Amino acid sequence: MAVTTAPPAPPRPPALTSPGRAGLSDKAFRFLSLGCGLLVLVILGFITVAMTQKAWPAFSHDGLRFFTTSRWAPNVEVFGSLSFVYGTVVTAIVALVLAVPLSVGLALFLSDIAPRRLRRPVSSLVDLLAAVPSVVYGLWGVIVLAPWLAGVYERVSDITSPIPVLSSLFSGPSTGRGLFTAGIILALMVTPIITSITREVFDTVPVMAKEAAYALGSTRWEMIRAAVFPHSRAGMIGAVMLGVGRAMGETIAAALVIGSSPQITANLFGSGDSMAAVIANQFNEAGGLHRSALIALGVELFLLTILVNIVARVVIARGRVRA
Amino acid sequence: MSAMLLGRVSPVRRFRNRLAIGMVWLSVATAAVPLAFLMVYLAQKGAGIVDWNFLTDDIPISSRLPGPGMGPAVLGTLLITGMATLVSVPLGVLAAVYLNEYGGNRRLAAVLRFLSDVMAGVPSIVMGLFIYTVYVLRYGLSGFAGALALGCLMLPIVIRSAETALKLVPDELREASAALGARTSRTILTVVIPAALPGIVSGALLAVARAAGETAPLLFTIGTVNAANPSLFDGANTALSAQIFGNARQPFEAAIDRAWGAALTLILLVFVLTAVARLVTRRFTVR
Repeated sequence: MAVTTAPPAPPRPPALTSPGRAGLSDKAFRFLSLGCGLLVLVILGFITVAMTQKAWPAFSHDGLRFFTTSRWAPNVEVFGSLSFVYGTVVTAIVALVLAVPLSVGLALFLSDIAPRRLRRPVSSLVDLLAAVPSVVYGLWGVIVLAPWLAGVYERVSDITSPIPVLSSLFSGPSTGRGLFTAGIILALMVTPIITSITREVFDTVPVMAKEAAYALGSTRWEMIRAAVFPHSRAGMIGAVMLGVGRAMGETIAAALVIGSSPQITANLFGSGDSMAAVIANQFNEAGGLHRSALIALGVELFLLTILVNIVARVVIARGRVRA
Repeated sequence: MSAMLLGRVSPVRRFRNRLAIGMVWLSVATAAVPLAFLMVYLAQKGAGIVDWNFLTDDIPISSRLPGPGMGPAVLGTLLITGMATLVSVPLGVLAAVYLNEYGGNRRLAAVLRFLSDVMAGVPSIVMGLFIYTVYVLRYGLSGFAGALALGCLMLPIVIRSAETALKLVPDELREASAALGARTSRTILTVVIPAALPGIVSGALLAVARAAGETAPLLFTIGTVNAANPSLFDGANTALSAQIFGNARQPFEAAIDRAWGAALTLILLVFVLTAVARLVTRRFTVR
C-alpha cells in the first residue's frame, strides 16, 4: 500500500514587505517619536503663550514702566521690576567673578595638571558640588554661612572705608544676608557647569599642539597659554554664558540668602532681591494683580535666560565647528 | 625629563609656572573647602535628628512644636519624583529616538536638538509658574501638578543623555537587524534601545536625582500638608525640598532642626541615585 502523504507544507515565511498592519505600526511609531520630539517645541511655545496671557493684566496695567521703574509696592499696585533685574544681574556677576577662575582652575587640573590618581576624586568633587540640591545650599547659607559672613563683611568694610570706590561697594553693617552672600552661594552652584563644559573643551585640544609647545621649551603654564587657551576660547565663553543663565534662574538658594528688599544699591554687602527669588517668596501670599505681576516677572526672566542660553549655545557650536 | 628641562629655564619663567600651577591647586582646594564644611555640618546636625520615627511620623501641625516628623514629605518626594519619571522618561527616550534614528542631519532635528538645549536652561521656577498657569488654575494643587513641573525640567536632560546613548550603538547592529527583515520600528525597539539601555538608564537616573532635589517647581504646584497624602491626584501634597525651604524661614529651633533632618534625608537620596547612575555608566563603558 503506497502511502502518499504529502510532505508537510513548510511554514510560510512572514511577508517582508506586506503593506499590512506591520507597515502601519512602523509608520505609527515613527510619527509617535516625531511627536515626542516636537513636544519640546510645543512646551516652549506653551510657556510663552500661557504665561504671557496670565501676565497680561500686569503688563497692561504698568506698560513699559514695568521694565523701567524700580518701585515694587503690591499694596498700592505699583509694579516696577528694575530692582529685581538689578539684583539678578549683580548676583550673577559676583557669582561669575568668583566661579570663573575657580572653574578654569578645576578644568585645567582635570585636563592637564592632575596626577593620575587624583583625577577621579577631583572629578567626583565636581559632581558632588552639582548634586547638592539648591535648597540645601540655601539652608546652609542662611543658617551657617550668613552669620559668619556678617563678621567678615564688618572687617572688610572697616578696611575699605577710607578707599573711595570700594567704600561704597563694601559698606557695613550687614546681617550677612545680601547680594554678595547670594553671589557666593550661586558661585558654588555654577562652578560644576562651567567646569564640566570647559573641561570638555580642554580635552579637545590636539595633543600635537601641546607637544609642539613643549618641544619649543615651554613650561607647563606657557604651554597652557600658547596651546590650550587659544584653542578653547569660544567654548570657554559659551560655558561662562551657560553659567550666567543658570545663576540668573537659580531661585531657592538666592531666595533664602539674598535679604529680600527691593532696592538698587551699590553696596554689595547690602540686601537686595532677584527676579526668581521674589517670585518664590511672594507668590503664595499674592492675589489678583500682584500675582499677575509675579507671572510677568517670570516671563521677563524666561525671555532673559532664553536669550542668554541661545547666545551661549551658538558660541559653543561655533567653537566646535572651528575646533 | 621635565625637571631637567626646567633646570635651564630662567628663574622668572620658572616662578611664573610654579605660581600658575599653584593657583590651579588652590582652586581645587577652594572648591573642596565649602563643600566639606557643608557636608560635615549637615552630617553632624542631621545625624541626631534622622531616625525611623523622623522618616515616618506626620509633620507637627505648628512648626514651633519640637519633635520628629517628615513622613509625608518622604512619601511625597518619592511619589512625585516617581510620577515625573514615568511622564518624562518615555517621552524623552522617544524624542531621542526621533533625533538619532529618524532625524539624523535633517534641519528639523537640528532645530529640536538646539531647542532641547535651550529648554534645559529654562529656570526651574519658570516651569513651576508654567504648570501653575496651565494646570493648577484649572485642576487645583496636587502631587501630579508637581510631577508635571518636574517632568518638564527632566525632559531635556533625558532627551540629550538618551540621544548620546543611542548614538553609541554601532550601526552594524541596525544593519544586521534590517538584514534579518526587521522593520525600522522593530529594530529600534528590540535591538537599538536594549543595546543603549544602560546609558539611557544612567542618564535618566541623573535627571531623577536632579528633580528630587528641586524646590522651585513645587512651590506653586503641590501646596503643603501635614499628614501623608498617598494620592497624587486628590488634594495637596508635600515634599522634602519644599519642607526644607519652608522650615528654613521659620524662627523656631524645632523647625530648623527638622529642616536639617530633611536636608540630610534628601541629600542621601540624591547621592544614592547619583551613585547608582555612575555604577551603571561604569558597567556600560567596560563592556
